[in-house]
Amino acid sequence: MSAKKQQIPGIMRQGRLTPWLYLMPALLVMATFIVYPGLNTFYLSFRNNANTGWAGDNCLAGAPCWSIFENYRYALTSEIMRTAFLNNLKWILIMVSGTVLLGLLIAVLADRVRYESIAKAIIFLPMAISFVGAGVIWKFVYDFGSGQVQIGLLNALVTALGGKPVSWLTVPQVNTVALIVVGVWMWTGFCMTILAAALKGVSEEILEAARVDGASEWAVFWNIMVPQILPTITVVITTMIINVLKIFDIVYVMTGGNYGTEVIANRMYIEMYTSFKAGRAAAIAIVLIAVIIPAMIFNIRRFQEQEATR
Amino acid sequence: MNTARFKRWLQGLPTHVILIGIGLLWLLPAVGLLVTSFRPFQDVNETGWWTVLSAPKGEKEYKTYCGACHGNDGRAIAAADLTNADLVQNYRRSFALLPSLKREINGQPHMGMLSVPDEYTAATIAAYLRRISGIDARPRFTLDNYIDAMVGYRGKVTYESDCASGQQALDLFCDWRDLGNPRGMGRAFLNSLIVAIPSTILPILFAAFAAYAFSWMHFPGRQWMFALLVGLQVVPLQMTLIPISRLYAQLGLNGTFWGVWLFHTGFGLPYAIYLMRNFIGSLPHEVFESAYLDGASHWTAFSKLAIPLSVPAIASLGIFQFLWIWNDLLVALVFLGGQHPVLTYQIGNMVTSLGSGWHLLTAAAFISMALPMIVFFALQRYFVRGLLAGSVKG
Repeated sequence: MSAKKQQIPGIMRQGRLTPWLYLMPALLVMATFIVYPGLNTFYLSFRNNANTGWAGDNCLAGAPCWSIFENYRYALTSEIMRTAFLNNLKWILIMVSGTVLLGLLIAVLADRVRYESIAKAIIFLPMAISFVGAGVIWKFVYDFGSGQVQIGLLNALVTALGGKPVSWLTVPQVNTVALIVVGVWMWTGFCMTILAAALKGVSEEILEAARVDGASEWAVFWNIMVPQILPTITVVITTMIINVLKIFDIVYVMTGGNYGTEVIANRMYIEMYTSFKAGRAAAIAIVLIAVIIPAMIFNIRRFQEQEATR
Repeated sequence: MNTARFKRWLQGLPTHVILIGIGLLWLLPAVGLLVTSFRPFQDVNETGWWTVLSAPKGEKEYKTYCGACHGNDGRAIAAADLTNADLVQNYRRSFALLPSLKREINGQPHMGMLSVPDEYTAATIAAYLRRISGIDARPRFTLDNYIDAMVGYRGKVTYESDCASGQQALDLFCDWRDLGNPRGMGRAFLNSLIVAIPSTILPILFAAFAAYAFSWMHFPGRQWMFALLVGLQVVPLQMTLIPISRLYAQLGLNGTFWGVWLFHTGFGLPYAIYLMRNFIGSLPHEVFESAYLDGASHWTAFSKLAIPLSVPAIASLGIFQFLWIWNDLLVALVFLGGQHPVLTYQIGNMVTSLGSGWHLLTAAAFISMALPMIVFFALQRYFVRGLLAGSVKG
């Protein structure tokens, strides 16, 4: 850290006020739009829905009550929130492993072919479009016709193979997986790009040496490439977990959280803007950030390590 | 020699198969959307998009049951010309067509040796007759869906035919003014631009100043403030929606462009400062040193050195921020809503209200994707660079 300080030339003296003039606009906006509302949300999570008293006011006589933590009782133990937690867990397990494994596979394979850039562009393209657009694309793929004709690709395939068409977005369990597939389609490009960049950094000589020594491609991949890019893989996984926890648009557009596809971020939106239960929504937001905080700390630690070696 | 080459080719084969397979799998859903958006609405719900290049629905059935006598083009029997709209008009549905097929003509069964088709097949044939007779003729591809989506048409046929017959909805004028229809994608496209451009410029501007200070100025708390910034990058939007909604309600900013501009600026800043500082901070410090020795002030160093030199970083950041805002739904939903509908909001609404109006939905979705895709293909290099700078390299 002190190394960094010395990097600034000593002659770059400035008035005591100057740095703050440069920082002020950014700090002011961030304080107003991130720091203050973040703290306020924390406070609101202990208040009742109209913010006229403490959360205990929301309790119903005879029902279980956590007094000031009443909103958290809802956020942590209610039926719908448990579904949301379980679904978010599914999202994390399937989507993170799916995007990272597929991204790694494509990064490794694309490195060996001449059409590398085209292949990568195709995988990466969904990153450029909105979740809403992707939602429409995939809702069409999953379309379920009650009549003879199936205009959805997937059901056309199923019926062509002699199966019965499935209403992919309304059958519980199946539908969450169907939504996660959309997420994988969108985010694999992200993982691929970052992992491919890390793979390019693996020294060609070491790989050649191993191959000359008769190591199989699989051994080269597993024993040399993977250990070398392990830090990057960790970063990608952390970033993906954060992204997945915040997932909202796909669910909102494709099922609205119905049929057992609820996730935390969508629930928060519904509590706030459909049911107008601000206290509950705030508690859900706090739960969301509480889950993300470990990743946040991980990020800061990694940043500080990088700074130390700069 | 040849066998060795063949062996090498064979070894590489699985790589190609897997890669091309995944590539096709990735493209297929988007191709379906694109193809559908150009098909006439009658076709969209009748046949899958992958049949777009094959024979129109009913042609096979027509040839099986009618082709032998009426000819493949339907004109073989002059007294019963099936391309004649006035004639087909009487047999446009299966319940009208079937009795005529069962009837005897000049003492002979209409169908001769052939069996009379079942009701479903008869309906398919009737639809085909409507098509070749011109009652229900339509091209294979059309731009109607795009026009309808742009003006927010919600009728049963197309905007153009409604306007031609003068039966358009009350809120349509049938001229250029319809592009401003609040339900249309034209208006939404404009709104998305109005939202995205200032929300891209403002955070980059503020971030450039702050990043310069973090890189080349001394002040107490520099280290921990920047570490805090790294943490702020992952704060979810949801954390701040409620207090900001209430604040905006008091200030009258709900549903205004100012509200979203400021919000996006606030949320774009941590990442923007982080990226810019990493770039400006890694510029060679000899450059700045000699500038100061020559008597340059911080302002000169910032505006004449730091900014011009960090154009690549600004480009990456600009693309990222622009796409993020263009594609955002949550902020638009909460702070703009229906007052100034943006593209994502409009499409989200169409999905829930239209159900299966796929011809409009696909066109609308493609309108919203066109700009990001152009940006992506034109500036892919910067896009990837920004991605790498933000999440891996410090």
